[in-house]
Amino acid sequence: MTTAMRARGAGRTNVDRFLTLLRVLLIGLIAIGLLAFLWQQIDPGNAFAKWTHEGEEARRLTWPQFRGLIISGLSQGAMYGLIALGYSMVYGVLGFINFAHGEVFMVGAFTGFIMSNKFDEAGLWEGSAFIPMVLITVIVATLVAMITAIIMERVAYRPLRGSPRLIPLITSIGVSFFIQNAVILLFGPGAKSYPRNPDWMSERIWGVEVVKIIVIVVAALSMAGLWYFVERTKTGKAMRAVAEDKEIASLMGINVDRTIVTTFAVGGAMAGIAGMLWGLLFRSVIATTGFLPGIKAFTAAVVGGVGNLGGAMAGGVSLGSAESLAPLVLLEPLGIDGVSQLRDAVAFTLLILVLLVKPTGLFGERLSSEDRA
Amino acid sequence: MTAIDPGTATEPAPIEKGAFDFDWNEAARRGGILALALAFVALTGMPNGLNDRLLIDPILSLGYLSLLWLPFAFGWLSGNEKVLEGMARTKRGLRDVVRGDVIGFVGGLGLSLLVILINAFDLRDPLVNWSPQTLAVLQFDRGQGFGIIAWPILGAILGAAGASLHLLPQRIRRATLAALATVLVFAIFETFIVDLFDFTEDLLYENQGGLKILWAIILFVVAFGASIGGAGRKVGQVRTNYQQATGSAKTTQTALYIFLASVAMIVIPMFTGKITQELLANIGIFLLLALGLNIVVGLAGILDLGYVAFFAVGGYTTAVLTSPNRGEDWPEWFPTMPWWGALMVTIVVAALVGLFIGAPVIRMRGDYLAIVTLGFGEIIRILFLSDWLNGYFNGAQGITNVPPADFGFAQVKGTDPRSVFYLVLVFAAISIYVSWRLERSRLGRAWMAIREDESVAEAMGINTVNVKLMAFVVGAVLASFSGAIFAAKVGSIFPTSFLILVSIIILVVVIVGGMGNIIGVIVGAAVLIGVLGGPKQPGLLAEFSEYKLLIYGALLIVMMLQRPEGLVPNVRRSRELHQEEFLQDAWLKGEVDDAKADGDEPNGGPEGALA
Repeated sequence: MTTAMRARGAGRTNVDRFLTLLRVLLIGLIAIGLLAFLWQQIDPGNAFAKWTHEGEEARRLTWPQFRGLIISGLSQGAMYGLIALGYSMVYGVLGFINFAHGEVFMVGAFTGFIMSNKFDEAGLWEGSAFIPMVLITVIVATLVAMITAIIMERVAYRPLRGSPRLIPLITSIGVSFFIQNAVILLFGPGAKSYPRNPDWMSERIWGVEVVKIIVIVVAALSMAGLWYFVERTKTGKAMRAVAEDKEIASLMGINVDRTIVTTFAVGGAMAGIAGMLWGLLFRSVIATTGFLPGIKAFTAAVVGGVGNLGGAMAGGVSLGSAESLAPLVLLEPLGIDGVSQLRDAVAFTLLILVLLVKPTGLFGERLSSEDRA
Repeated sequence: MTAIDPGTATEPAPIEKGAFDFDWNEAARRGGILALALAFVALTGMPNGLNDRLLIDPILSLGYLSLLWLPFAFGWLSGNEKVLEGMARTKRGLRDVVRGDVIGFVGGLGLSLLVILINAFDLRDPLVNWSPQTLAVLQFDRGQGFGIIAWPILGAILGAAGASLHLLPQRIRRATLAALATVLVFAIFETFIVDLFDFTEDLLYENQGGLKILWAIILFVVAFGASIGGAGRKVGQVRTNYQQATGSAKTTQTALYIFLASVAMIVIPMFTGKITQELLANIGIFLLLALGLNIVVGLAGILDLGYVAFFAVGGYTTAVLTSPNRGEDWPEWFPTMPWWGALMVTIVVAALVGLFIGAPVIRMRGDYLAIVTLGFGEIIRILFLSDWLNGYFNGAQGITNVPPADFGFAQVKGTDPRSVFYLVLVFAAISIYVSWRLERSRLGRAWMAIREDESVAEAMGINTVNVKLMAFVVGAVLASFSGAIFAAKVGSIFPTSFLILVSIIILVVVIVGGMGNIIGVIVGAAVLIGVLGGPKQPGLLAEFSEYKLLIYGALLIVMMLQRPEGLVPNVRRSRELHQEEFLQDAWLKGEVDDAKADGDEPNGGPEGALA
């Protein structure tokens, strides 16, 4: 970041000192938490654990518990990663955060809910019909999410191309708000539950639920498909060119408008798949389902480096694992009560930490020169 | 290109076109969009849910208005042509009406189709408003056939009416719109007007808050006559006089207007009932928040989405310092103090939190900053809610029994909304004064310079980091006022009062009113919070409570697309937002001037365009 460099040249200000202190504090806390966790794994009755837990012994995490945390972190992270791809691509191409992308995800999950319930009423959500019906539902959910993203681009963002960059961001906040409340009004405010999955989905292979494995595998496959699309096809090449420089790309005969629509559509499709997976995993969806995962997916995109597709996926997985592990591995050993309530706070703190320590993300940003400012 | 002066000599003569000579595909497309919009509104349940609130008894309810305004607006919009400098306009005529007609008709067909579908299928499972009640409203309680025939006809009439507004001479068009607006205002502000003047209840209004037809007509005629008679121009004259005044004349006028406004604000609550006072108090609390956010977003151009954090900090600090029911883990020596003492501490705490949140985010890109502040807002709410700090903030139970603010001569508490309003008024006055002075100070100019271009501002020797931090701190302190009053008013503080939703609603208030313009922010708060209501507080149209968030979202989108500078724009800000257009206009003007042999002075230009 250029401003940061300039400030460094001008000598250290109090803000810099404060930020250094904050970095040291956050990293120090993480280190202490980790050490305390290791120590209490070895000896639950150690002095530090007794001090933080007011005289009582700490509870040791068993291996199955630990494995459970990792797997739920991975499966959730895989979904964050899928949503993050949409943020990342749109940011790469248009240079603004599509705040409403989380709602595209929610629309996908909602479509899945409607379809699966209808299939369930017809008795098709079980037995041998289950897998084909799930496939149909995924395809429809993906299409609906895609169409939502395309309409969004056409109505709200295209007229704003070239305006100051905060304007489309504010618009996207409005879009997000609008879609959320439209869904509440159209479908009612309560939580909607997916029908029961067939029993084999909650069975365990090596202690891991099948549905979580499915989520991880599907996410990985979608990611691979997207990678192929962006890196190996002509349309993908056009997308990369538009991300690099819109004007030059249009001079090279690329239809910029259509490429941008494609970007939104592909991002929307990924979010739709993630929405459907969310429904299968948590079996419940509500109009505000998209909000937090949306913000967290953005966090994942930043953690991995905005504009970097592999980074988005890796960011998602690391965010998911951090969110799932940190409460018990870092915070609990420090003697904090009710750690599971702090999951969301962990995600946001990770965002702040990454932006403080490595603002370009773990794997580096890939943005056009004008967006790097 | 709004900047074009119709009087420019270069404009070619308008083209005449036949009544059916327009882009039919385009009209059909717009009609289709209208149909979708109408079906969407019908399925959100607005027509049905708002049908109990009459506007004009017995012909028009708010529910029907939620549908009927759409064809009218589409008809009007269809007549808006983009005329670029040097291009010929098309002459207004029957063509516009026919086009509006077609669009309205197609839109109405959409609703007919919906009526048929609702009769034929049962989709109530996912769509909650796919119901007999909605159907009854859509069929005017008269059976399927009537509904199917009525909507296309109604749509066509309204579309044509909207489009034919373009045909009227400007004066009459203005008068018509003003008269329509007057009737609507009287109908919507029923609670307020009746509260203020008791006799109007029987005189003007029939049941369910609807205007009597006779009075609707009288109001229409009076407003129409007043507008034709030049009332609007006289108001405009006063405004121009004020804008053009300089030196001591301007100071005198400013003082006069401020005096009149404050007298009105002090006197009105004395004559109104509790509902209106409560409403005014709510407007005031959100106005305080909006004034603070206006400094952060409007002046300094920092999009802070976690602004609710400062509101929460203000509320919680005050509650902890005044309530006997605060958490149990506070040490023995921790003081309990009266409200005004707590306010002093609150200000300091809010400023510190502003510094703490501001420092890490200040160097981030604008859009990253938005998300990170949003994250901070959530973190703070999660912490207040958590078991971890339960001993301090009581988690979800919140802090109850916050005592009223006691000033010796008066107690400010929720059961006496008038006192709350007066307290808010004092703080609003302070905040307005502070914002107004800051805007014209060195600091204010630095903020605006940063908003326009941070790198250039830095090159000009502005310490951008410190200046932006100051914006955060000032914004935080103003929000904490609001939080402190909120604590005393409600008497209890819960984490659910501080959702991200609040940040977004305040953002809409600032944007709709006009970023960077104090008057705009006041107008925004009064109109939005007053009519639609705050996140949990009902407004004048309490019936809207279910739908207001949808309307807020839609407003935000429409404003950003159509008028990002807001209803009452800040001159400098709107120039920044339309910079490209001004540059193009200036370039076109230059070219046109070169071509002209006699070299008239160009009319307009950036200055004239905004006047």
